[in-house]
Amino acid sequence: MSAKRIGAEAVAEKGWLRAHRWLILRRISQLGILGLFLLGPLAGIWVVKGNLNYSFTLDLLPLTDPYVALQSAMTGHLPEKLGLIGVGIVLAFYLVVGGRVYCSWVCPVNLVTDAAGWLRDRLGIKGSTHLSRKTRYWILGMTLLGSALSGVVLWELINPVSMLHRGLIFGLGAAWTVVLAVFLFDLFVMSRGWCGHLCPVGAFYSLLGRWSPLRVSAPARTACNDCMRTAFQQPGFDGVGGAG
Amino acid sequence: MARRQFFFDSAKMACGVGLLGLGLGLYAKQSKALPALALRPPGALPEDDFLGACIRCGLCVRDCPYNTLKLAKPETPVATGTPYFTARNIPCEMCEDIPCIKACPTGALDHGLTDINRSKMGVAVLIDHETCLNFLGLRCDVCYRVCPVIDKAITLEMVPNPRTGRHAMFLPTVHSADCTGCGKCEKSCVLDEAAIRVLPPGLAKGELGKHYRLGWEEQEKAGHSLIDESKMLDLPDRMPDGASLPGHYDPASGQTAPLRGMPGSEAGVMPSHPPGLGDKP
Repeated sequence: MSAKRIGAEAVAEKGWLRAHRWLILRRISQLGILGLFLLGPLAGIWVVKGNLNYSFTLDLLPLTDPYVALQSAMTGHLPEKLGLIGVGIVLAFYLVVGGRVYCSWVCPVNLVTDAAGWLRDRLGIKGSTHLSRKTRYWILGMTLLGSALSGVVLWELINPVSMLHRGLIFGLGAAWTVVLAVFLFDLFVMSRGWCGHLCPVGAFYSLLGRWSPLRVSAPARTACNDCMRTAFQQPGFDGVGGAG
Repeated sequence: MARRQFFFDSAKMACGVGLLGLGLGLYAKQSKALPALALRPPGALPEDDFLGACIRCGLCVRDCPYNTLKLAKPETPVATGTPYFTARNIPCEMCEDIPCIKACPTGALDHGLTDINRSKMGVAVLIDHETCLNFLGLRCDVCYRVCPVIDKAITLEMVPNPRTGRHAMFLPTVHSADCTGCGKCEKSCVLDEAAIRVLPPGLAKGELGKHYRLGWEEQEKAGHSLIDESKMLDLPDRMPDGASLPGHYDPASGQTAPLRGMPGSEAGVMPSHPPGLGDKP
């Protein structure tokens, strides 16, 4: 490979640990949340029950995925009281911290797609099928309209995010094939294809984050241009130079 | 030119996403076809509504104390992530406090259901008369004994055993109004394949035409016969000389022979001893 790897200057200047501190924190957050969910079924310590669609923490805190709740609402069904409170808490949280914080700090599929992205970079795979980044918003709209027409929470039929998360907690079954498909798609077909172009969950949280006061800022310090090469590929860095 | 390109780009997007939507929609339609032996938790809405109301969180599965409920995996022929149980594996134990409903954050499980005996997870059907031991004349009775609503949801109906001519059969009979569909009968059927199974009510039940009236019920409601019985005319049925049909109701012919062994029958009381022992048969 001729080009220097992304972030090489930062590593040289700050050391590996400091240059990767956000990545490390994200991984701790993602694995920590997954660990909390797994503590119940694996160790019998029930801190949190359920999965990312709806969870109940310490018999006190309900958290509902607003996107799933919205699809359900499109079919004409509203959650019960705890479910509604959960929607409110999650909406408020992501309105404050920025919607796609969900993608980069919580979503388990991010581990898969980041791995695919890293391997793609390492193997030097060039060329990527072109698809507009707006596709995910179209898919988002389609799932909402489709839920209303079919009467089924439509995206949940195939959603790799909930399939992986639910699968790890309740039993994976054939869900690994879907996750593998996402990995291979990102690796060989389209760079950052799933999270950046197709996933309507990310699209939903991205819309939510439009009104967030919290933004990732990138003080222009060097001319490495790495930010331009990374920014628009990384969930959580959508905010660079405007809404994403 | 820019406007043309914008139009074509939008069309491309709409077609691609529309194609995905079409596939998903057809899959959604298929997902509504719940297999007959997959039962939903107590209080579950009808399948059409359930798939819209359930948000696939698994809280009902977590709070089921008997591990009855499972979440459907992608390869299960039940909509992915929704709760179900298979009676033959682990039936519903019918907890009085119904923890699965309490745990549900949506209306997918009807929170108005507070009496588990009123739940309708399905209806038990004695589906195979050829292998049911009681139909073969034995006294198995297990499905009847384990029924949580014993003597209401399942009764044993005594009828003569026409094969031996001298024994009774006690036929397990399900009364759908009281059956909750918990599946304990199916679970405990002693056969290799259960002869009694819990099916969705829509599959298990017949339905009379809306205009049908049952004469004996109308008679009871009115307190008297709805027709003037004094004007009823009964003509003798024509039969070969000397022939009689047991149990044939034909008061006008004088040839009526009550069925042997039926309650109230004078023609032949069911013998209570094997031949050669005690009373003469």
